[in-house]
Amino acid sequence: MLDWILFPWHYAFMMRALIGAILVGTLCAIVGTYVVLRGMAFFGDALAHAILPGVAVGYLVGGGARQPLFWWALLAAVLSSIGIGAIQKSVKIREDTAIGIIFAGMFALGIALISSVQNYTNDLSHFLFGDVLGISQSDLVRISIFGGLILLSVFVFYKEFLVISFDPILATTMRLPMKMLDYLLMVLIAITIVVSLQTVGIALMVAMLITPAATAYLLTKRLPVMMLAAAVIAIISGIIGLYVSYYVNVASGAAIVLSATLIFLLVWGIKLIIRTVNASSPR
Amino acid sequence: MNFLKGSNYLIHKFPEHEVGTPTLKISDLAYRFGNVDALVDVSFEVCEGERMAVVGPNGAGKSTLFKIIAGVLKPTLGLVQIYGHEPKGHICIAYVPQRNLVDWSFPVDVADVVMMGRISKLGPIRWPSAKDWEIAHHSLDLVGMQGYASRQISELSGGQQQRVFIAQALTQEAHLILMDEPLTGLDPSTQQDIFRILDVLQEKKVTVLVAMHDLKLASERFDRVLLLNKRLIGVGLPDEVIVPEKLSQAYGSHFRMVPTREGTFMIEDTCCEEGDHAHA
Repeated sequence: MLDWILFPWHYAFMMRALIGAILVGTLCAIVGTYVVLRGMAFFGDALAHAILPGVAVGYLVGGGARQPLFWWALLAAVLSSIGIGAIQKSVKIREDTAIGIIFAGMFALGIALISSVQNYTNDLSHFLFGDVLGISQSDLVRISIFGGLILLSVFVFYKEFLVISFDPILATTMRLPMKMLDYLLMVLIAITIVVSLQTVGIALMVAMLITPAATAYLLTKRLPVMMLAAAVIAIISGIIGLYVSYYVNVASGAAIVLSATLIFLLVWGIKLIIRTVNASSPR
Repeated sequence: MNFLKGSNYLIHKFPEHEVGTPTLKISDLAYRFGNVDALVDVSFEVCEGERMAVVGPNGAGKSTLFKIIAGVLKPTLGLVQIYGHEPKGHICIAYVPQRNLVDWSFPVDVADVVMMGRISKLGPIRWPSAKDWEIAHHSLDLVGMQGYASRQISELSGGQQQRVFIAQALTQEAHLILMDEPLTGLDPSTQQDIFRILDVLQEKKVTVLVAMHDLKLASERFDRVLLLNKRLIGVGLPDEVIVPEKLSQAYGSHFRMVPTREGTFMIEDTCCEEGDHAHA
């Protein structure tokens, strides 16, 4: 049994994958708390897809190197969030429509760019579905640095983000710089998505942001506890997912997301049962 | 681009109150939303420590007026002055929202919500000190909610929720509190609890504007009444404003007069008896 538990971690790539999954899981869970509370799930999903052309340009320019990929992806993410905001403000279009237009358009541009390279399907699938087993030492360093900066910002602006999310009118009467804080939060979400890309990929990114946070939302009544619980759930999902991926031989990103989804369904089911029991028992 | 709107917060400097100016002075105010006039030609003044009821039918512009005073909306025309300045720099105004517009399932407890009122006093980067927590707990004492600090806000009754937001305004050290239908959906004894708190506020010289529907309470429990239906129909002592001519101007056919034993009449706003009690 002990062997079964310890065996996967003899491989350096599995160890790196584990550290990567823990770092990314924690980061996404904490930032994702705001995504869930502010109802930005669609925005998060769209942003993840909209960075594909950035990834594609980085890939074509850098010839497979990771560093340019990161910066191009970040550029695409920032441009997309600004584009969504600009369209929505200038014409009478609902926010979700504006997000949808930009998201699909950018995603198509990314696919078009990558498809210009022969035998592109393999690389495209890495971008779409992630490659946590391929995480390198320098990837971990980059995730740590940017992740640390993001978490530091979330900590420093904790009370401001709390109040703009709970009560925007109160935030306005207290003269908080609303626009700046809104954009800052969007940029933090964008950077989170870009640094986390390698773990689960574009297509499943939104799950890392919302599933652990939503599970934590069911369990807790205070924001700091929700953030902590979300991080713990994300880490557990990462570990379970890597085991499943190793022993059952399924794609690691999908395994991590499935673990998180199962934990959500479990918590939801238990809550439902408790509520039904409480409601039917005489008071 | 007003990207740095609210930079007062970042540099943590807010305008001083000018001595001798009224708490609130509104001149020729108008607000247009698209092609609809929400407010037209509204002017009035409110003195320090005054308690004023703002009444009028649904859609009369009560919430819009409050949001303009709070600096959340920008007036199309006219001027709002709080102690002699435009509202956008002030942090002494608190807006207590309608209860059904608050996300009660948000993961915060009572103490968190009350401490939110302190954020502007704290400024960026600083965390609440022991003194800030003392102020927050004192505010909870004043509204009779001292035992509820660690309750999640969804576990509170309507009256308790209202009191938590008043405590938040007190923690903000607001001089002007705008309450948007705080009495709607509360039973009479809970309404009396709120009035006891309003009495405490008045002793502390806090100016309070209350948007409401109950004309009887407005005439009995307030210093002055402002009757609004997009235009200002009347402002003054309850006896001067709550009179049949003015009420029919404001409400049209939406009110009825009931003879009472004094031989006068009690007037009820009948337009809002349904649907305003959405929050249980």
